[in-house]
Amino acid sequence: MDIRLSGVSHSYGQLEVMRDITLDIPAGKIVCIVGPSGCGKSTLLRFIGGLERPDKGEVLQMGEPPKGCLNPLTFIFQDFALLPWRSVRGNISLVLEDHGIRGAEARVIIDDVLARTKLSDFGDALPKQLSGGMKQRVAIARALAVKPAVMLMDEPLSALDSQTRELLMDDLIGLWTRTPFTAVYVTHNLAEAVRLGHSIVVLSRRPGEIREIVHLDKPLSERSFGDPDLDVQQKHLWTLMRDEARAADAELINV
Amino acid sequence: MSEDTPPKPAQSRPVEFRGGGFAPKSRRWVGLAAFIVLIGLAEIGTRSGFITPLTLPKPSDVLATFGELYQSGLLWKHLFPSLSRLAVGATLGASAGIGVGILIGLFSYIRAGLVPLVAAIFPIPKIALLPLFVIWFGIDEGSKYALIAFGTFTPTVVATYGAVDNVDRTLIRMGQSFGLSWMSIVRKIVLPGAMPGILSGLRISLAIAIILLVAAEMLGAQYGIGAYILEAGSLYDLERLFVGVVILSVLGVTVSAVIGWIERRVLGWRT
Repeated sequence: MDIRLSGVSHSYGQLEVMRDITLDIPAGKIVCIVGPSGCGKSTLLRFIGGLERPDKGEVLQMGEPPKGCLNPLTFIFQDFALLPWRSVRGNISLVLEDHGIRGAEARVIIDDVLARTKLSDFGDALPKQLSGGMKQRVAIARALAVKPAVMLMDEPLSALDSQTRELLMDDLIGLWTRTPFTAVYVTHNLAEAVRLGHSIVVLSRRPGEIREIVHLDKPLSERSFGDPDLDVQQKHLWTLMRDEARAADAELINV
Repeated sequence: MSEDTPPKPAQSRPVEFRGGGFAPKSRRWVGLAAFIVLIGLAEIGTRSGFITPLTLPKPSDVLATFGELYQSGLLWKHLFPSLSRLAVGATLGASAGIGVGILIGLFSYIRAGLVPLVAAIFPIPKIALLPLFVIWFGIDEGSKYALIAFGTFTPTVVATYGAVDNVDRTLIRMGQSFGLSWMSIVRKIVLPGAMPGILSGLRISLAIAIILLVAAEMLGAQYGIGAYILEAGSLYDLERLFVGVVILSVLGVTVSAVIGWIERRVLGWRT
């Protein structure tokens, strides 16, 4: 299942945040969206996920989601969004219960996603007992449990320290290599973008427009920390963004 | 080791510690000790004659009066009706309050309609309405239930809709993004998320319920803690008056302890 955005524009009252975004998200690829703060990256993701409606333009699902997919468009949030009163297993079972999956059937799915995110030993822990990295892995496990067609990741590593971030990036690459998934990955971190993106969409500052789409051909599994090729790409992205970011930083926020 | 340490410069002193404090710690027995010291002081004062018997009864006499009340069997005769009035009235008021509070939290129209109404009812001293309740619900238990229920209702409503408003919106968005039904979001995200606020609201509502219980019993009851206190008060029997007051305090402490226990059970997930 592909996603197509055509002519998406949006404003909050007088404030135009996004202008004429047209973009294809092909199945099986990770598309990163980068841009200076306030350019509407996260808003764009919420449009794709149907949590907000754009003023103009449309977001289209191309084709049917694969069979067995419970929730085609599934979010992973920056702040994890785990229910603090439910255990790790309870948090995953939450998203299965509404599909009538309970008991043994749910247990099979939960065991599987916990194993894939290396959390098998922590099923009964409460979120407050987990480190930030583990919390985000629970959120990833929860997303995997509904077999999404497209993962919508809203700065999923931004709330973590840089070491945890490296580890989780490796985990995400491992997950993708074993079973490629489609993802839209919003981030302000260019290092994450060049590590995880098959293509990187650079947005301008508010109102957000597509400045450039960079394609990276190197397979994800061959990208690693401190890769010189990636450094070149990252520098290129930074030159594209630097002036925009500086201008965005100097603006007053009145949302 | 000692050879490795560089010689101290002439003027060296440890950095002055200026942190710490401002962090409440659990000091279990201090509360009890405060009670004992205060009662002990009263006992010494009354025994020595420094405090006249008209000012304050002897704590030991109060205890003796309590013993008599217990042995005569009158304690239960007074306590049981009070407790059942409290239970029925507070349960009615609190459950209606939680229900209405949740509706206000969830539906904008209900909020727009009821919040001003609740604000208008809240400051009315409910005791002033007792004659009205007597006409509406009769002189016996009905009017007492109604008074207590009405008094617990308003603070519970306000606490509950505040608690619902404070539920983390990102969790609700998460529920929506996973396609959870409206009912599931309310039942599994909004209600548990509002629970801490609802319970701390109940602490206040139940204390108000005890106050109203006594007020209702003072205005027309044969048995009950309020009736007992009123009778003692009109005879200036300070020992018995204090017995009644102490029973009320114990009741308040017990209710607060029960809510604390529920909080530990239900809200163990809080950090």
